[in-house]
Amino acid sequence: MSRDSRRTLFLVASVGFAALFLWGLAGLPDFGGYDGVYGETLNRVALRQRHATNLVAAVTFDYRGFDTMGEEYILFAAVVGVAILMRAQRDEEEDTPDDDARDRLTPRTSDAVRVLGLGVFGPIVLFGIYVVAHGHLTPGGGFQGGVVLATGVVLVYLAGRYSALRGITPGASAELAEAAGAAGYVGVGLLGLMASGTFLYNWLPFGTTGLLTSAGMIPFINLFVGLEVAGGFVLILTEFLEQTLVVREVDSGGPEGKRERDRS
Amino acid sequence: MSFAPFAVAAWLFVIGLYGIVTSRHLIHLVICLSVVQSSTYVLLLAIGYRTGAAAPIFVDTKPGAPAVDPVVQALTLTDVVVGATVSALLLALAVQVHKASGTFDPDELDTLRG
Repeated sequence: MSRDSRRTLFLVASVGFAALFLWGLAGLPDFGGYDGVYGETLNRVALRQRHATNLVAAVTFDYRGFDTMGEEYILFAAVVGVAILMRAQRDEEEDTPDDDARDRLTPRTSDAVRVLGLGVFGPIVLFGIYVVAHGHLTPGGGFQGGVVLATGVVLVYLAGRYSALRGITPGASAELAEAAGAAGYVGVGLLGLMASGTFLYNWLPFGTTGLLTSAGMIPFINLFVGLEVAGGFVLILTEFLEQTLVVREVDSGGPEGKRERDRS
Repeated sequence: MSFAPFAVAAWLFVIGLYGIVTSRHLIHLVICLSVVQSSTYVLLLAIGYRTGAAAPIFVDTKPGAPAVDPVVQALTLTDVVVGATVSALLLALAVQVHKASGTFDPDELDTLRG
């Protein structure tokens, strides 16, 4: 389909979309005039029921805990998918990312980036752990904190040379963290099953509202999700970096050369 | 202007879709898909909003004080995570497409090659 005909189809479809959207909008309450039943009920009872001050976390990891487990496995499957897509293909091999021309002048990472990167690494990791650990109290949680933790590792890549860091990159430990996070969520669910006969039942004492140790199982689920997300994102980023720096086509013609061959 | 957030959601959806339809570059296409997805964030949060209500975080507000809907916020969190994973997968596919065909232009990909 040509670009013009696609555009025409889009215009026709967007007229239809506008009609449906306006029809749906007419049935919605005005912006700010929310009158949903579930949110209303949760806002009234959740604090008393779960002792978690962050109701979003209470919904995500407790009331909707089973859905979030599915969400976590979407992330898990996507990370595995990226790893499979990015592995060396049949006509590729993995090469060491060392510079073959050792006397060539390559731009060094500037001192400012190195100092700042390494200086910020510690606080970023601490902040990530804080966000994960306080997910049931204040905005944050495993998903958000996990991404913050992953950016810490990216800072190390940025401050150092990837080729030099490759030997100590947390590839294996990231895989371990991701697997442990995924398994830990199910483990928490199974503990609930054993304790009460209900999967993901929040059976731990709820503690004092506002303390780190409150909200029963929610902090533990947050911890496992944080592990999973941090590990998963580090793995995804590592796969993309490896693709640039390590994976080489065996025939060094490159994509352009290959295209030429295909045409001839 | 009580409908403005819904209009923003609709605009993000349509303009992102337009970008996908007319895209000349696979990376651009993935970004446009992110724009379409962000329309769902705006829509979900707009539906749960209540005038004058606080965030559903009861640290320094009294229980029972008006708060916006926590359910749609949790759904938005799910949405963001799924959006990030979809983008990662599609970008990985784009890298492999470029390797296989030497182009990022969707129109030049007349056939799918293994």
